Order: sequence, then structure tokens, then C-alpha cells
Amino acid sequence: MSALPYADSKPLTYRVNLANPLDLKAYEAQDGYAALHKVVKEAPAEVTKAVKDANLRGRGGAGFPTGVKWGLVPMGADAPKNKYIVCNADEMEPGTFKDRLLMEGLPHQLVEAMIVSGYAIQATRGYIFLRGEYVVAAERLNKAVAEAKAAGYLGQNILGSGWNFELFVHTGAGRYICGEETALINSLEGRRANPRAKPPFPQIAGLWGKPTVVNNVETLSNVPHIVLRGGAWFQGLSQGKSKDAGTKLYGVSGRARKTGCWELPFGTSAREILEEHAGGMKDGLKLKCWLPGGASTDFLMPEHLDLAMDFDTIAKAGSRMGTGLLTVVDDKQNIVSVVRNLEEFFARESCGWCTPCRDGLPWTEKLLYALEQGQGREGDIQTLEQLTRFLGPGKTFCAHAPGAMEPLQSALKYFRAEFEAGIAKAPAQAAA
Amino acid sequence: MAIIHVDGKQYEVDGGDNLLHACLSLGLDIPYFCWHPELGSVGACRQCAVKAYRDANDKQGRIVMSCMTPSTDGTYISIGDEESKAFRASVVEWLMTNHPHDCPVCEEGGHCHLQDMTVMTGHATRRYRFTKRTHQNQYLGPFINHEMNRCISCYRCTRYYKDYAGGTDLGVYGTASNVYFGRETDGILESEFSGNLTEVCPTGVFTDKTHGDRYNRKWDMQFAPSICQGCAVGCNTSPGERYGEIRRIENRYNGAVNHYFLCDRGRFGYGFVNRKDRPRQPLVKRDGSFVALPPDEAVLHAANLLKSAKRVIGIGSPRASLEANFALRTLVGAENFFDGHSAAEGKLVQKAAKILSEGHVRIPSLRVIEQADAAFVLGEDVTNTAPRIALALRQTARGRQTTLARDKHIAEWQAAALADIGQHEKNPLYVASVDATRIDDIAAQTYRAAPEDIARLGFAVAHAIDATAPAVSGLDEASTALVKTIADGLLAADKPLVVSGTGTGLESVIDAAANVVRALQAKGKHVELSLVVPEVNSMGLALMQAAGLDQALEALKSGAADAVVVVENDLYRRAGKALVDAALKNAKVVVADHQMTDTAQQAEVVLSAASFAEGDGTVVNNEGRAQRYFQVYDATYYDPKVTIREAWYWLNDLRAQYSNVASEWKHFDDVSIACEQALPQLNGMVKAAPNAQFRMHGLKVAREPHRYSGRTAMRANISVHEPRASQDADTALAFSMEGHHGTEAGDRPSALIPFAWAPGWNSPQSWNKFQDEVGGHLRGGDAGVRLFEPQAHAAVKTYFDAIPAAFTAKAGEWRTVNLHHIFGGEELSARAAPVAERAPKPYVGLNPADADSLGIGANMLIDVALAGSAVRLPLRLLPTLPRGTVGLPLGVEGMAYAEAGATIKLSRVNAA
Amino acid sequence: MSTANTMESTQPIIKLADLPRQEPFVLHADDRAAIEHETHHYEDPRAATIEALKIVQHRHGWVPDGAIPAIGEVLGIPGSDVEGVATFYNLIFRRPVGRHVIKMCDSVSCFLTGYDDVKKAFSAKLGVELGQTTPDGRFTLLPICCLGACDKGPVLMIDQDTHFDIAPDHIDQLLEQYK
Ligand SMILES: Cc1cc2nc3c(=O)[nH]c(=O)nc-3n(C[C@H](O)[C@H](O)[C@H](O)COP(=O)(O)O)c2cc1C
Ligand code: SF4
Ligand code: FES
Repeated sequence: MSALPYADSKPLTYRVNLANPLDLKAYEAQDGYAALHKVVKEAPAEVTKAVKDANLRGRGGAGFPTGVKWGLVPMGADAPKNKYIVCNADEMEPGTFKDRLLMEGLPHQLVEAMIVSGYAIQATRGYIFLRGEYVVAAERLNKAVAEAKAAGYLGQNILGSGWNFELFVHTGAGRYICGEETALINSLEGRRANPRAKPPFPQIAGLWGKPTVVNNVETLSNVPHIVLRGGAWFQGLSQGKSKDAGTKLYGVSGRARKTGCWELPFGTSAREILEEHAGGMKDGLKLKCWLPGGASTDFLMPEHLDLAMDFDTIAKAGSRMGTGLLTVVDDKQNIVSVVRNLEEFFARESCGWCTPCRDGLPWTEKLLYALEQGQGREGDIQTLEQLTRFLGPGKTFCAHAPGAMEPLQSALKYFRAEFEAGIAKAPAQAAA
Repeated sequence: MAIIHVDGKQYEVDGGDNLLHACLSLGLDIPYFCWHPELGSVGACRQCAVKAYRDANDKQGRIVMSCMTPSTDGTYISIGDEESKAFRASVVEWLMTNHPHDCPVCEEGGHCHLQDMTVMTGHATRRYRFTKRTHQNQYLGPFINHEMNRCISCYRCTRYYKDYAGGTDLGVYGTASNVYFGRETDGILESEFSGNLTEVCPTGVFTDKTHGDRYNRKWDMQFAPSICQGCAVGCNTSPGERYGEIRRIENRYNGAVNHYFLCDRGRFGYGFVNRKDRPRQPLVKRDGSFVALPPDEAVLHAANLLKSAKRVIGIGSPRASLEANFALRTLVGAENFFDGHSAAEGKLVQKAAKILSEGHVRIPSLRVIEQADAAFVLGEDVTNTAPRIALALRQTARGRQTTLARDKHIAEWQAAALADIGQHEKNPLYVASVDATRIDDIAAQTYRAAPEDIARLGFAVAHAIDATAPAVSGLDEASTALVKTIADGLLAADKPLVVSGTGTGLESVIDAAANVVRALQAKGKHVELSLVVPEVNSMGLALMQAAGLDQALEALKSGAADAVVVVENDLYRRAGKALVDAALKNAKVVVADHQMTDTAQQAEVVLSAASFAEGDGTVVNNEGRAQRYFQVYDATYYDPKVTIREAWYWLNDLRAQYSNVASEWKHFDDVSIACEQALPQLNGMVKAAPNAQFRMHGLKVAREPHRYSGRTAMRANISVHEPRASQDADTALAFSMEGHHGTEAGDRPSALIPFAWAPGWNSPQSWNKFQDEVGGHLRGGDAGVRLFEPQAHAAVKTYFDAIPAAFTAKAGEWRTVNLHHIFGGEELSARAAPVAERAPKPYVGLNPADADSLGIGANMLIDVALAGSAVRLPLRLLPTLPRGTVGLPLGVEGMAYAEAGATIKLSRVNAA
Repeated sequence: MSTANTMESTQPIIKLADLPRQEPFVLHADDRAAIEHETHHYEDPRAATIEALKIVQHRHGWVPDGAIPAIGEVLGIPGSDVEGVATFYNLIFRRPVGRHVIKMCDSVSCFLTGYDDVKKAFSAKLGVELGQTTPDGRFTLLPICCLGACDKGPVLMIDQDTHFDIAPDHIDQLLEQYK
């Protein structure tokens, strides 16, 4: 257990109350909106600088430095009149359940984070792009927005700063791809959620062609704390476990004893997360492999458990930290079936824009299904391997298909025999 | 300029393009699907992958999409790299997982971009063994067939249809591997430019239904470079023939005029050529009905007929070539040669021709229209009178996106980014029209009024721009504000454009447009003026400066002339029936035409003239561009009885007999040259295309692809002895698969490209191989010769000042206004069944409030007293039609001739 | 009239009038008002498309064909754009569904914790496969992607309620709550 005071070791979650989240008054009583009161007295650039100094990296999966992202937004008198800050609350990465916790358990924190972050880029409006299934979060966020508005934290001339800002909770209608930030922008504009090409980056031309910043719920939630307590404090939160700063919402799902989500120092080891916090695998089960941070990350093996869960360490081991929530696969599972399940998901959730993803993923899924059924043919594994290469980064329009290939390529690497077992012994009939 | 390195070779390119564009322009082959020269890059299909290297030392490289990568200086790429080759083959393999293997029964086969690209990537064997997804198809109207299973989801169709052409009823539905391109529900595709889908779609999803019903492969068709006969824009076309029928019209690239796109009238309106009721042999009337005679006898008969007359006059035609009109003029003498437009229209067309040919104004090609940054459309309903201009004006409006993107350093080819940045931003388009138009959706301002008020608006705008232009008094407040908006908008533009024309039937509308242009010139603006004239050769005929049709009809009616030769013209479309009847009643009438018109029915001799498909000719478009169309096929080959000849040829023969002179012109070039010599204003027309002596490397240009099949058998039902192929003494083209082909495309004069084909490129995308730069100009120069170019510093300082009085509705009197229809409003295309299916039935249009005042409702019948004849027509309510005017659909089958601007009476039909 | 470009051919073609008619659809005044209200949240009314579809779906249980052009008209966009959106997102139903919609998470964590068994149990109990509606119109069974409650899998939603830690033997009791 950490030596830091509770509020300092778990800044994001110490006020979380899932049953009965803090209302405005209660939140204000616990430092709520203090960051907002502070920033409006500072220049917007100060906020961005604080975030940069804190070395906050995006919690949406890619780990992009948030301050750098904000720094690209045009500022000053020549900047476009409308600018937007968008919270990516589309949480749909299989195995990920952290943003729900923050939004259901402490909606005001996100609302304040949106306002403070919006101030930094001098946004005119903010949108929380919330997945449609998060009914409770929608209700609680809407209530928090209404309360904030009534308190003068939203609207015209906020706290006398001369800055006007409105915030809306926009609920989606499904589709994983909406989480990809440019697809999200299209979806928010009321279009089909096909991703957009970059450049132009959203910071230059995003929502309705205007400068737009998209950040994850967890990323943004850190901002008020950084503003209040500073970069050095934030760096200290990881307690030397990682050069990445802050805390991280880690979690475990799968057949472990006490699955759940915990705020821990950045760089906590996977073993600590699984064994101490989740209590290890369920009785009689052994860990076969694990996804470090969602369906679109490469499998790691039990021998990787001691690695620090941070962006660079996990990348070095051949995977990605992704969202940081572990999915553990037990030894009773056939890896071909697990990967088939994953690819079925990715094939179904392809936006249908680019060829490799739209047509390559269904083929992948069908090959895996054949192998799962023992109907595989010679060459199927080679075809799968070729698919993992040709659906990789840079070859598809967005990162969806490359993400889909990560679990497959690692499964082929670690468990090839299980795939080979799916090849039919006698040559399958010359069917279809 | 930039140096790029491709597979170890250095090339100099315009660094502003993407790599795909640059490489294709260099003649290098990279397969692609979602990219299109007119639609830009979106990076969806991933077919155009190449290997990019950081520098000369980078051996690893990474795969990039060439369409999404700028061709900046110092770029190193490889097209031939093994990994990128394998990747490109994989892309086709993925597409093929769902694409049916139906090439043998697919209409796209043989001119299919997907086939071409599949062969190019080398993907040949099938590994995918699972089921394919299937879709249901939709009924999309008489023009286009839908076969969704062939879709490869390149998104070109919706990008063309919605983003480029402004259509609203074709979309993309579904997600993942189940995306569907079609309408929301079955029904006719609404865009007037839907036919381009057949060429934009890289596979056989959208195919030409009119061709499907009488299908053959592209390689089995005979083609000629041709000019669309549908309106005065003169889009370049490539009609294909088999067995003596035109089977399809495809776009023929012209970098200045239509480039990749046609309108649906032009593409689907060819059926008049194939009609069984055409005169295919010369006909002479015996006892009230026609009998076919051998050509010599018919000509002799006609000559004798004319000889027996005391004065023979000739009536030319705006739908006939310069050569046909000139041959007629030569036959009857210049003083007896009359304009074939209606009298009112003729005056307007001559006015337009005068303004344009005087050399004071710049006249834009379609390409230049697209580059304007503000446009004022004064009175003309371009979608219906010169459709391709409407499509060009959409690009004018869209050009604003490019400007905005440029400010953000986004290249023009980044199609999706342009749209995202531009969103609703448009260059300003001001549309003043009688009734609502189909480009109102992109207009910054619309103004709907009677033609007089449209003219007044124009005059007022000119005055607002330059105070020395005559002022308009008595404008209301709203109009005054609008005038200021338009004037300011045009003045603020770098490249303003004014579009007007003869469509309203009111000369002062053209005057007003000219004044706006002159005022802008006075302010130092680089302004373009496009004037729409009604028909394919209206401009050419106007330049011949013949006297008006009213004089011809009067001379016949009064007996001052007692014989008339009419060339390719149905006079009943040009004047009231009573007048034409009276004129023709006592006259000896000879008609040369390819359609059995009401006028031809009145003739004593009908000479079976060639349509554009059976003859050569030169026409002048509204831009003043002389363009040549070439005979597509020899009708006699399939039926020796058929005697179809160009009108000039008949008239030349007739002249020899009639005037007892030696036949002067043996070949097409002879008459063309004679015409140019006789009429200096047509100087340049001969150069519209190379003459008959022209050869490519000693060869004539083949009209047939070199895989043309069945030649030896195609006449076997007539005779097993295969005749010698027809010879074409008139042009540099051959009725043969032998001759010069598309292979060495570059050095071929563009006017002599019958069809688009290059090795490995069978689809219309092969135009890439003929262009100096993809989507640019043809390497042989864009076809056609502009007869008039503006002279430097020639701006006129004077203004037109005949400002009409404001229109006021008067009780019981109705001002007729023309309503134009792309389908049905043009004589020839209306004779094609699929177009006729889209044509309106005769009607009268009234503002609902006016209809109320008459006590009538929609579809009820009204009696209309028109130029002497009374007709009974159903009412169409037109909420945007000005009060006090009555709209009459111009030229629609079953509508009597009506003059715009006439005052007529209307009365409700009492229930009998 | 024929589609052939010769006047003679007489093959029958489908006429618009012969095609099945859409049911008349009238956008409820409240829904129209609600949609119009939504448009004020955005720079461009188009952005309210998804919300508009949800508003209609809330009233009808699904989005009837006629609603597509009706929504387009309120938002000033073509019906084909509305349909493009309606058919993209999985929470918009373009076919009638049962009174209650069961959305079963079939993503990896739920898959690992027993999705297959739960799905089989539902299918057996309701007599329908995924994508189908029970004959009595009470339930539609659909798959859905990760519901963000992976630590409590298998997870499913029935209408707006999320249910956690589902086991095959809970099903009867669970369904009882939805009449
Ligand atoms: C297919 C796909 C799905 C994604 N889904 C999510 C998501 O649900 N939530 C999220 O925050 N980021 C998601 N992302 C990442 C976003 O694109 C983007 O990187 C992130 O929102 C940026 O926020 P951050 O910088 O705060 O991490 C997804 C990316 C891809 C390629
Ligand atoms: S990889 Fe391509 S098809 Fe897949 S989600 Fe991204 S853009 Fe869409
Ligand atoms: S042509 Fe480049 S991705 Fe389609």
C-alpha cells in the first residue's frame, strides 16, 4: 500500500461513489471546481504548460502526450472563432471498463475536467461523446452539467473570465469504431463513423472543420488535479515505478478471483494487479496468456507478468499497454476460439471503409472458425499470417484492423500448435 | 517542380500532386479504385500501395498509399517492390472474396476497371473458400441497371453522385462487409447526371440499361469520335455501334469541355438513330404516300420539282452541321437561305453570337466555368437548357472548399479533408430564373421573376458595379438589396462569371448579362461570359447570318417563293401550325432529314439524310468551339437497300441536277473548306479535326478495337460472301479493326480518338493514357477549334440600354414563359424511348394563387389560346412561378408551338 | 414503354406505381419539436441525426421507413443521408423489434466467463437465435459489443437496464421482469 494520503494516491477515484455520486455541493466541498476557479485567473497557455510539464499521456490507448496535442491548437486572435473539446467516452474496447467507473461514480470530475481543458484551448463548446449503452452515466453527467451550469461554471463569462463555454452530453448509437477519434468526429457531426484521413489533424481541422481536441475520459479527469497540484506532484504519483506519470486505472477481467478496476501508480506490475488486487486466477485455473489492455493488444504470456504496466515496457515485450485493463485467459480455453471471438468482434465492427479491414477481417474470422471446427486446410495458417502482415499499421486506413491483428499475430506466435490442430487430417472435401 | 525517384529512376513532377497522380501522369501503372481524377483521393481501397523510402539509403521502406502521399521533392518510392506487389494482389484478392465470378455474363466485362486492375496486380487464383455476401438490386429507372453483388465498395458512386453532382438520392448504407450503395427505396435516380455512374463505377454495379437491352462487348463495337447533339455545349462522345444500331454512348474525354462527364440526355438520348420509322431511302410522294426511289431518281425528281418553281428558298437548321447548312445555302443562294430557328429564337441567337464573336468578352470553356469563384446566372435554367453547364457550376460553388483548404495547407486532392473543412462553404452563385431551378440548392441567392424583371435585375447589377451603366428605376427595396449583394459578390471575386442565354426568350436578358460583364470589365475584372444557345449548332447557324424564319414562311405563304428545301428541321417546332401549314400548302417541299418529322410528312421528296451516326459534320458550340463529329458506321453495310447520306451530299447532288453544274464537292473536306472560304466568320472550322488525308504512321485510325469479333460472320444472314469492309473516303478513320489504335495514344490528334483503350486499360479510365497529365488536357490538344477569342484590351465601353418595363400581371391576360425540360424538351433525344419515359406530358404551369383565381386545381384541364390554335391542357401548379405568367413546356411532344412573351388567354374547362 | 433505346421493344419493366407502398408515416409533433431542439446543440443540424433517430425509435420501438425522409426534412438533409446513418449504428433498429430487446455482450471477457452457455440458454428458452424476435413479439435477442462491465461478465442489457454476472439458471427470473 502506498504511503501517500488517500486523496493523493488515488486522485481520480478517491471521491468516486457508484451508488450515490457526489452532487455539486458535496463535490465542491471536496476540492471540486477548485481547479476551475484557479485556471480562470491564469492565461490559457499556463494550463497547457502545466499539462505538458506533468507529462500526462493519453489514457485512450495510444499514450500520446496530451499537452503536445493541445499545443497544436491555434490560439490567439487569429484562431478560428469556434473551437471544440471532445471527451471520448465511447469506451467499447473489449476488456475495458474504467471510464464507466469515473463517469458513473464521479460525474462532476469529468465536467470540471472538460471546462478546465476547454479553457486551456479556449474552446467554445465541449461535447462528451458517450456511448449509448451507458444509460446511468448519461443521466448522471447530464445532471452534473445542469448543476454546473446553474452554478455559473458553464455559459457566458464563466467566473468573470470573459470566456464562454457550453458543454453537451452527446450519446452515441453504438459501433466500436466511434471510439477512433476522427470517426468519432464524423459521428458527432451526424455522419457515418468512418475515420478521417490525417492530416489534417483534428487540432487544426476537426469537428465542422474547426480546431478540435479529443481526449479520453481518464486523460481529462487528471487535468483538474494537475492544475491544482502541479506537474511535480503528478510525476510523483507513479512512485518511481515508471517514467510515465500519474496513476492509472488498471483492472482485470476474465476468470480471476476478484475482477475489478483499481487506481494504482503508473507502472504497477501486471503480477501485482492480477495477484494482489484481483486475487489471482480462480480455483483450479492457470493463467494461459493475457491481453494487457484490450482486445486490440498482443497477448502476453505468464512470464511477462512482472513487467511494469506502462507504455514503453509493454511495447518492448511486443504488445501495447492499450487501456491498461488486463484480460486474463485461463488454461481451459482454446486459443483458436478466443481469437475467433476477437476477430468476429473486429470484423463486425469494421466501418466498411477500407478494403483490407472490410474484406480481410471476415476472411480471417471464417478461417479461424474453420480451424476451430477442425475444418482448416493446409495453407490456412499461412493465409492468416499474411493477413496479419497486410492488415498491419499503415496498410489500412485507421488503426482498427491493425489492432485486430495484434491478438491474432501473438496467438500464432505463442500457440501455433493449437492452430495447426485445427487443420483437417484428411483433405477436406472440395466443397464450396 | 519536384524530383521523385521511382524504382531507381528520376522523374520531374509537379510536386503539388499526390504520387498516384504523378506516376500515372508519367505513364507508370499503379492500380487504383477509389481515386478518380475528378474525385480526388480518399484512401479507401488501399489498391494504390507503393513502397516509400526515407531516402536513397533506406532499403526497408514502408508501404504507403500513393494517392494519399504527396509527391514532394526527394521522394523515393518503388512500385515494383515485392512486398507492395504482393499487397496490391492481396487487395484484389480481398475484393474478390465477395465479388461474383460473373465476368462472362457481366455487362462491364471488357471495359471493366476491376478486370484491368485484377490483371495488373496478377491476382489469379482463388484461396477464399467461404460463402459470398449477396445483396438485392434496385430498380433505378430507365437509364441505369443495378447489380450490387459486384460492388467493391470503393465509394466512388456516392462521392460522384452526392459530392460532385449534388444528387441526394444515392447513398451508402450498412457497415462492415455489408455496405450497400443505392437509393433509400427503389425508384428513378433523380440526378440529371446519373449516367456517369456507369463510368465512375469501376465494376458492373451501375451499367447502362439502354445498352443492356441490346448488349454487346466493348471490343465488338465500332466507334467514332462524336459530338453530343443534345444541346449547345457540344460534349464529346464516343458512340458505339453494332449491327447497324447505336448501342451506347460513352463519354469522350475533352479536357476543356466535358472532361469525364455527360448529362443523361446526351448519354441516353441516342435512340432516335435506331428508330425503325426513319427514312432510310429517299422517298417521293405518290398519291399521298411515300414510295422509296433509287437515289438518282429521287434527286432528279427533286431537281425537277425545284426547276418548276419560280423562287426556291432554303431553311437551314440549328441541329444540322455547318456543312449541311452551307450546302443548302449554296443550293438556293445566300439571299434565299433562311435561319432555321424560330423567328424569335433566331434573333436571340444572333444577338448572342454577335456579343461573343465581337472579341470583347472572354468565353469560358466548362473547365474555366469550374474555376470561377463567383457566378451570376441570369435567366437561364441551365440544368434543362445546357445541362453540363449546371454540373460545371456545381464545381464553381465547390471551389470554395479548395480555397479554404489551401489556407490550411491541405492539397486540393485531399477530397475528404476538403469537404470536412469546407462543409457548407461555397463560392457565391446568384441564380435569377423564371421558375425554381435545379441549382438553387447551391445558390447564395435566388431571384424568381418574369423575364422582364430578370433583365432589369441584370441591368441594375451592371449599374451597381459601374455607375456609367444605365440605371434601372423603380426597383423595390428587396431587389435593390439583392442587386447590391450580387454586385458586391461579383466585385469581390477574382474570377467572376456570368451565365445567361436565350432560354427566357427575351433579348434584354442577354443585353443585361452583357452589361454586367462590361461593367465588371470596366472595373478591371477578369470576367467570363457564357451564353447558352438552344441547339447543337445554333451558334454555327447564327454565324451564317441568315434572315429569319418568319421571312421565309411569309415568302412561302404569300407565294413570293414557291419551293422550299428544308434541311434537318421540323418547322412545326419553330412556328405556329397554322402558319407552317399555310406556308407549306402551296409550296413544293423537299426535306432532307433523318427523322420522319411532321414537316417531312408534308414534303414531296424526303432525302434520307444521315444523323450524327451516319455522317460527318462540324458544329459550333456555345463557346464558339468548332467541333467535328465522325460517321460511326456505314448503314449500307448491313442492308444494301439503305441509302443514307449526309445532307450536304444530297444537296450537292441536287444542286448538280438543279443548276446543271458539275458536282463540285466529292468529299466532306471539300464542302468544309468551301464553307470556310465563303464565310470568313467560320475561319478555323476546317481545323476542327485532321482531314481525310491524315495518317498515323501511314495508317488510318481504326474505328474498331483490334479484338473486334465476328466480322466475317456478321453479315452471313444476308450473304455468306463477306463484302469488302466499307471504305471511308471522307475521313482519316477506317471502318475496320485494322489501322492505328490507342497504343501510341500520345501523338494522336484528339479529334481522332474514337474510343478509350490502351494496353491493359480497357475501361474509361484508360483516358489517363491519352492525357498530358491525368485529368488534364489530351496530349494531342483538346479537340476542337475556338472560332473566336477575345482580343486584348478590346472591352467595349458602351452599354445596352433597352431596359424593359417591369412586368405587371394583368387580369385575364397571361404572359407565356418557356419552361425547359432536359428530358422531352429537345427534339431528337425525345424520340429515344428511355428519354421519352422521363419526359413530361404536355401541361400548363401556373402559380397556385393564379390557379385559385381561375378556380382551377392541379391536373384540371385548361383551355389555352395559343398563336391561333386553342389547346386543352392539364394544369401543373408551380409555386415558384411568377404571378401573371403561364409556363409552357418548350418543345415537349404534344405541345403546340408557343412563343415566349406572348399574351394569351386561359379559361377553365367547364364540366361538360 | 421499354427501356430499350429503340421504340419497338416491348419488354415489361417495373413501374414505380407497382412497387410496394411505404406505410404513411407522420412525425409526431412532440418528436419534431424534440429533434428541432436537439439541433441547437450543434453548429450544423445534421449532427442531430442520431438523436432524431433515437427519438423516433423511442416512440415506435424501431425506426419505420417513413421516418427516414421525415427526419431528413426536419434536418434539411437528404433521406439517403439519414438512412446511411440509421443503418450504420447498431442501436438503431430499422426493422421492428420485440417489446423488449436483449443485448448480449459477446466480447472477449464475457466470452471467457460463459457467454456461450448463457446465449444457448436464452436461445433455448426463447426459441430464437441472435437477430430474431420471439413469435409473441415479446423479446428480440441481439449481440452487442463489450458493455464496459467486463469484470462482471457475462453481461447483458435488456432495454435500458444492464444486468451483470448472468448465469444460465438466472434467466427465468430475469425475464420475468419484462412482460
Ligand atoms: C478502433 C479504435 C477504437 C478506439 N476506441 C477508443 C475508445 O473507445 N475510447 C478512447 O478513449 N479512445 C479510443 N481510441 C483511441 C482514440 O482514437 C484516441 O486516440 C483517443 O481518444 C485519444 O485520447 P487520449 O489522447 O486522451 O488517449 C480508439 C482508437 C481506435 C483506432
Ligand atoms: S481499418 Fe479501414 S474499414 Fe477498418 S475501421 Fe479503419 S477505416 Fe474502417
Ligand atoms: S486509390 Fe489510393 S487508396 Fe484507393
